[in-house]
Amino acid sequence: MSTIVSPIREPLILGNKTYHQITEDICRPTEAAPSKEWIIGFIVAVSGLGLYFFSVLWTVWNGIGSWNLNRTIGWGWDITNFVWWVGIGHAGTLISAILLLFRQKWRTGVNRAAEAMTIFAVICAGQFPIIHMGRVWMAIFIFPYPNTRGPLWPNFNSPLFWDVFAISTYFTVSLLFWYTGLVPDFATVRDRATGWRRKMYSNLAFGWTGSAKHWQRWESLSLVLAGISTPLVLSVHTIVSFDFATSVIPGWHTTIFPPYFVAGAIFSGFAMVLTLMLVVRKILHLEDYITIQHVESMNKVILLTGSIVGVAYLTELFISWYSGYIYEQFAFYNRVFGVYWWSYFGMMLCNVVSPQLFWSKKLRTDLWVTFFMSIFINIGMWFERFVIIATTLARDYLPSSWSYYSPTWVEIGLFVGSLGLFFTCFLIFTRVAPVVAIAEVKAILKSMGNQYVKNNTVADHALHHEEEEEHAAHGGHGHH
Amino acid sequence: MKFYNKEILYGLYNDETELLRAVKKAGRDHLDVWDVFTPFPVHGLDPILGLEESRLHQAGFIYGMTGTLTAFLFMTWAFVKDWPIIFGNKPYWAVPAFIPVTFELTVLFAAIGMTVTFYTICGMGPGVKNPTLDDRITDDKFCVAFDVSGASSTEVESLKGFFKNTGAAEVNTKRI
Repeated sequence: MSTIVSPIREPLILGNKTYHQITEDICRPTEAAPSKEWIIGFIVAVSGLGLYFFSVLWTVWNGIGSWNLNRTIGWGWDITNFVWWVGIGHAGTLISAILLLFRQKWRTGVNRAAEAMTIFAVICAGQFPIIHMGRVWMAIFIFPYPNTRGPLWPNFNSPLFWDVFAISTYFTVSLLFWYTGLVPDFATVRDRATGWRRKMYSNLAFGWTGSAKHWQRWESLSLVLAGISTPLVLSVHTIVSFDFATSVIPGWHTTIFPPYFVAGAIFSGFAMVLTLMLVVRKILHLEDYITIQHVESMNKVILLTGSIVGVAYLTELFISWYSGYIYEQFAFYNRVFGVYWWSYFGMMLCNVVSPQLFWSKKLRTDLWVTFFMSIFINIGMWFERFVIIATTLARDYLPSSWSYYSPTWVEIGLFVGSLGLFFTCFLIFTRVAPVVAIAEVKAILKSMGNQYVKNNTVADHALHHEEEEEHAAHGGHGHH
Repeated sequence: MKFYNKEILYGLYNDETELLRAVKKAGRDHLDVWDVFTPFPVHGLDPILGLEESRLHQAGFIYGMTGTLTAFLFMTWAFVKDWPIIFGNKPYWAVPAFIPVTFELTVLFAAIGMTVTFYTICGMGPGVKNPTLDDRITDDKFCVAFDVSGASSTEVESLKGFFKNTGAAEVNTKRI
C-alpha cells in the first residue's frame, strides 16, 4: 500500500483497469466458447500428441533398435530432447520464484503461464529417459524400494540417479507452487460460474474464502516455496549437467558445465515463455496485462543469459586449447570443424550472435523481432545439446569406431510428438485456468496501473500524511 | 458443506483503503471483528487486525530437516551397513556423493509438508466447500464481518451505524 514507486517507472497494467475489469478480462477465456485460432491450434497439437503415442508404441514394441543409435553414439535425439525440455522448464521457476524474492512486479503478468509451461515441459522431459530405457516397465527399478533381490539398492553415487530425484522433486514442488497460486483464482472463477462449471471450480478451489488469515498463510507459503524453489531450480540443471560432467569423456568432463547449463536453461526457457506469451496475449486479448514492458524485461534476461552462454562457449574452447591435453583439444576442434560443424555454427548463430540484437531498445520492444528471436533461440538451444551429445560421441578414442548418426523417423516422431504433448497441455490450461494471476495483478494495480503510476508518489504521500495525523492524535503510540 | 451456524453481519467496501480505515476504526471502537475477506492480500491489514505472524515457515524448517535426515541416514544405512559396494574406488560412506539427493529430499519434504499443513490448518482441500458471504468478495469487494449470533438489536444497530460511518457500500446479514 505504501510502496513508493518512482513516476519514471512505466506502468505494467494498461487500460485504466478497475478490480472488476481485471476479473472480467482474465476470466473471459475460461468462460467464452473457444476461438477459431484455439480450435485449429488444438487440432494441430492433438495430432502431434497422436504422433507421439504412435512413436512411443513403436519404440516399445520394436525396441530401441528402431532408433539410429549405434556402438559409440548411445545418446542421440532422446537425451537431447530431455535436456532441452528440462531447460525450458527453468524459466517458469525463475519468474515465479526468483523474481518473487527480488520483488519484481512484472512477474505477476507472466508467472502463471510460465509456471504452467514449466510443469508441461518437465512432463515432456521426464518421458525421454524412461523411453530411452527401452523396457519402460523396468522404470520402477530407478527408485530405492525394498525389493526381493537383497534388497539391492540403486547407486546413490550416480548422477543419473541424482537426476531421478532432481526431476521428480522439481516437478512436485513446481506443481504445488503453481496450484497454490491458482486456488484463489479458481475461487474467483467459481464465484462467477453457474451449473456444472460452478461445481467443477468449487472442487478446484479447495474451499477458498479469502479470509485475512488465509491470505497471510498463503503469502507465507508462497514466499517459502519461492525461497526453496530458487536453489532447487539451480540444482536441477546442475545435476543434469553432472550426467555429462562426472563422466570421463573429453568435451564433457568440464567444471564449467553446471553454471553454463543453468544459464542456458534460463535462456531457452525465457525464449519459450516469449513464444507462448506473444501468442497468448494476442489470442486471449491480454495485451493490457502482458505489455511491451514485460516483453522488454524478458528480452533483457535473454540478452544477459545469452551473453553468459556465449562466454561459456568461448571459455570452453580456450580452456581445451590451454589444457595442452590432446584428447580435449581434439574434442573441441571436432565440435567446431568436425562432421557436425553445421550444428555448432547453428548454435553459435542462434544463441550467441542473434541475442546481441537486443542491445537495441527498438528491437527488443518489437514484437515480431522478439517472436522470431524466441523461435531462433529455441532452435539454437536444441542444437547446443545436440552438439554436446552427438559430436562428442561420434568421435571415440578409436578412429576405427568413428561413426555418424542421424535420427530415424521414430526419433523425429518422438520429438515432434513431444511438442504436441506440450501444446495440448498448454492449450487445455488456457481454457480451464486463468492464464494471468488475477489476485496478484490486483495487488499491484494501485502501484502499477497506468492511471496510478504517474501520481503514485503524491497519493502515497497523502496517505502517509493521514497516518501521521492519526498518530499525533493518539499521542504517537499507535502501531505502524 | 461446512456450517458454522452463525449469524454474520457484514459490510462490503469498494476499495482496500476504505477497508483499512474501517478495520482501524473497529479496533479503536473495540469492536470484535469476526473476519475480513478480500480478493487479494491487502498489506498492512494483519497488524491492525491483530493477526500474529504465521508460523508456517517454522513448520517448513522442521519438515525440511526431516527430509535431510531421511535421505542422508537412509543412504548411509543402505551403503555402509545393509549392502556395502565399492563404486569407482570411493569409500562406502561417500558423503559428497550423497549431497544432491539429500538436498532434493530436504526441498521435497519441506514443500509437501508445508503445503499439506497450509491446507489443513485453513480447513481447505480437494472437494471442501466452505461457506462464503458474497460472490463478489473474490472479485472486487472488501468485506468486514461481525458475528452477531445472539446479539441484541441495539448492538446490531450500532454495528450497522459503524458500517454507515465508515462508508460501506452494502450491509447484509447471512447465516452460515
